Amino acid sequence: MSSLSGFSALLAGLSFAGGRNAKLKLIADWLVATPDPDRGWGLAALTGGLDLPGVKPALIRALIEERVDPLLFRLSYDYVGDLAETVSLLWEPRRGDEAPGLADVVERLGRLSRGDGPAVLAGLLDRLDESGRYALLKLATGNLRAGAGARLARLGFAQAFGLAVDDVEELWHGISPPYAELFRWAEGKSDRPDLSTRPLFHPFMLAHALEAPEELDVAAYSAEWKWDGIRAMAVRVAGEARLYSRDGNDISRMFPEVTSALCADAVLDGELLVRGDGAVGSFNALQQRLGRKTVSAAMLEQFPVFLRCYDLLFDGCEDVRQLPLMERRARLADVVRGMDPAWFDLSPDLEAGSLQALAALRAAPPDPAIEGLMLKRRDSAYVAGRRAGLWYKWKRDAMTADCVLMYAQRGHGKRSSFYSDFTFGAWAADGALLPVGKAYFGFTDAELKWLDQWVRTHTTNRFGPVREVEKALVLEVAFDSIAASTRHKSGLAMRFPRIARIRTDKPAAQADTVEGLRRQAG
Amino acid sequence: MAPDVADWLTVSPQGLYLPTADAWIDPARPMARAIITHGHSDHARGGHGEVLATAETLAIMAERYGAQPGGRPLAHGEAVNLGGVRVSLHPAGHVLGSAQVRLERDGAVVVVSGDYKRSADPTCAPFEPVPCDIFVTEATFALPVFRHPPAEAEVARALAVLAANPERCLLIGAYALGKAQRVVALLRAAGHDAPVYLHGAMLKLMALYQQLGVELGDLRPAAGMPAEALRGHVVMAPPSALADRWSRRLPDPITAMASGWMRVRARARQRGAELPLVISDHADWDELTATVLELRPKALWVTHGREDALVHWCSMHQITARALHLVGREDEAE
Ligand SMILES: [Zn+2]
Ligand SMILES: [Zn+2]
Repeated sequence: MSSLSGFSALLAGLSFAGGRNAKLKLIADWLVATPDPDRGWGLAALTGGLDLPGVKPALIRALIEERVDPLLFRLSYDYVGDLAETVSLLWEPRRGDEAPGLADVVERLGRLSRGDGPAVLAGLLDRLDESGRYALLKLATGNLRAGAGARLARLGFAQAFGLAVDDVEELWHGISPPYAELFRWAEGKSDRPDLSTRPLFHPFMLAHALEAPEELDVAAYSAEWKWDGIRAMAVRVAGEARLYSRDGNDISRMFPEVTSALCADAVLDGELLVRGDGAVGSFNALQQRLGRKTVSAAMLEQFPVFLRCYDLLFDGCEDVRQLPLMERRARLADVVRGMDPAWFDLSPDLEAGSLQALAALRAAPPDPAIEGLMLKRRDSAYVAGRRAGLWYKWKRDAMTADCVLMYAQRGHGKRSSFYSDFTFGAWAADGALLPVGKAYFGFTDAELKWLDQWVRTHTTNRFGPVREVEKALVLEVAFDSIAASTRHKSGLAMRFPRIARIRTDKPAAQADTVEGLRRQAG
Repeated sequence: MAPDVADWLTVSPQGLYLPTADAWIDPARPMARAIITHGHSDHARGGHGEVLATAETLAIMAERYGAQPGGRPLAHGEAVNLGGVRVSLHPAGHVLGSAQVRLERDGAVVVVSGDYKRSADPTCAPFEPVPCDIFVTEATFALPVFRHPPAEAEVARALAVLAANPERCLLIGAYALGKAQRVVALLRAAGHDAPVYLHGAMLKLMALYQQLGVELGDLRPAAGMPAEALRGHVVMAPPSALADRWSRRLPDPITAMASGWMRVRARARQRGAELPLVISDHADWDELTATVLELRPKALWVTHGREDALVHWCSMHQITARALHLVGREDEAE
């Protein structure tokens, strides 16, 4: 069995497996059974870490229309709803050569030039069976990440070799596919890779929503504003600087002015904000900067960005994550003092001795870019992920939730040409995404266009006027109240839900859980 | 040019009708006289006056709808005259008793195939190509994405998964008439001699098949079996039971679903099938197009399914084709 067919069997297994545990086992078993470098490339594909030039859907369509009548292709595509799957089912291979392995495929796609795309792709398709063709086309179009895929794949990796997932996460962003040194370490064949000399991403510490303020031991927590920007990590090691987004993507090139202004070795956790007239500029202005590969001088001028720092992970090359928060904050103040205030400043500590004082601050923030309070345990170490009792967010508009877009439906009247009715969900304990509500307003016209485009390019399934989309886009949904209901499978319904914001900065896996929302429903 | 048969065969959304005989073919509502191709509920309904069908189809209808007092059995190949039309039945290879209806008058021949397939099925007589001027075909899987693999290979795959997981049971969802019996017969042909356990809704038709001479081996009700005793065994249930309360008592079932629709991932996911098995009792794209080329009818009429694709394909091959747009035919739980 060639390794691509092993990988395509894994993909099929993952798309049909019932629960999260079954999926983890499939991934773990496959990683143990598959040799290097194939398993590394497969892992990269599952975690979205495979950076292939990308074959455009138009090329694939052109290829298939040379072999299959265009109308029969279109009718088939309408029925199946997924281009890669349609083509993998329609393709009639001209058999001959042996099927290529996963590493061969990645290598061949990796050095694809514009001209030889069709011939190379056709040649590979001819050597594969149906599920192999599906895997190939998904790889070629960079379309493998599904929902909570990346995190699940890393968990599967940890499970396969009996490792702690935090340990894996810590190394993950420093090693590139096909992760040979990671596998060697995982199998006990070498020491833990030493990445201390590289400017790596470190997983963020995250906050729980504060659900029972009256139970908070106010004296044990320090308070800061919760800034309405983009969470970012500025890293400089041995003079090399990087800026990372919440999910570990390198965004240095999108914010070159901030990256290059980082003038001392350190790892800073903070919020990217746009400087406006006195107050901090809007989140939408920041969205303008995010996602652009190159930044024009006009953009730099129009939307000047800076990092408002609130935590320190490394001071020089010293790992300070185990120090209590207040000590880290003191060191952070020293580090930030040495930087240009145009690009780096400190998120201030707030003075509040009582819950009443905190509530008053929360109710009347001095800047529209503040969306509430952060409450952090004074003695807490910096630990990756969301830990009970350490960090809380206490949002001003308590009723918002970060949900994942599931389905979109065409609107009515003047919006009938747009996908404008959105059904979104939250994560259930078993890893399934369950719908919690439906919203059809709250967004601007520009955002509607953007959402419509996103829906069209991320459709996985069609049911009449409804499209099912990749479980990858987080929407911040505001609502008046939430209550138990039988209308949705989650058992919850929101009153007056509206799309408050599109959270392209937030990975879907970090959206809210049904359990968390149920607690808000009381 | 296809002969004009409008004097003795009419088409309306309600179905195909022989006015001189006052007889309908597979009518959706109770009629005075009906010719029934096979026992599936979108073709056979209860309450007709006189019913012409194979003896097996009549037995299946009696099982489903109660006694058929107007039943008039017709053997494959046997002919009767109805209002000046010579009517005979010929094997369709779809399910036990399934038949194509051959109609002849004034030298013009129309064959109404009902549902059919061309691949082998140990539980029914194979499809017989009947030369005709007008061929009336189904189009359930009439898209080139539908190419059914050999059913034997699908069953072997399922048995291999069961063998690798002996602590689990293999729960196969299959339509209770035809598909379920075919899957059991395929299991037997693959050497699986152990008892097969059945959901209550499958017992009667299984027994009927055995009574009509189809070998299905040791079949037992799943009801009352302790979960422990079902480990390593095959359990069969109608598709609707796969996800419901009923299946919760089974020991960690490997949920399989046997259907031609399983070829499309989204359809398999909708069914919640962990192990989709592409096993169909309908012709796939290659069988449909090969049948049309083999018969080369002067005209093709398409009853139900993805008729646009088949009609378009006919136009590419200079075959006159039209879609009938009949009501009441569904994509069977195939
Ligand atoms: Zn049928
Ligand atoms: Zn039918």
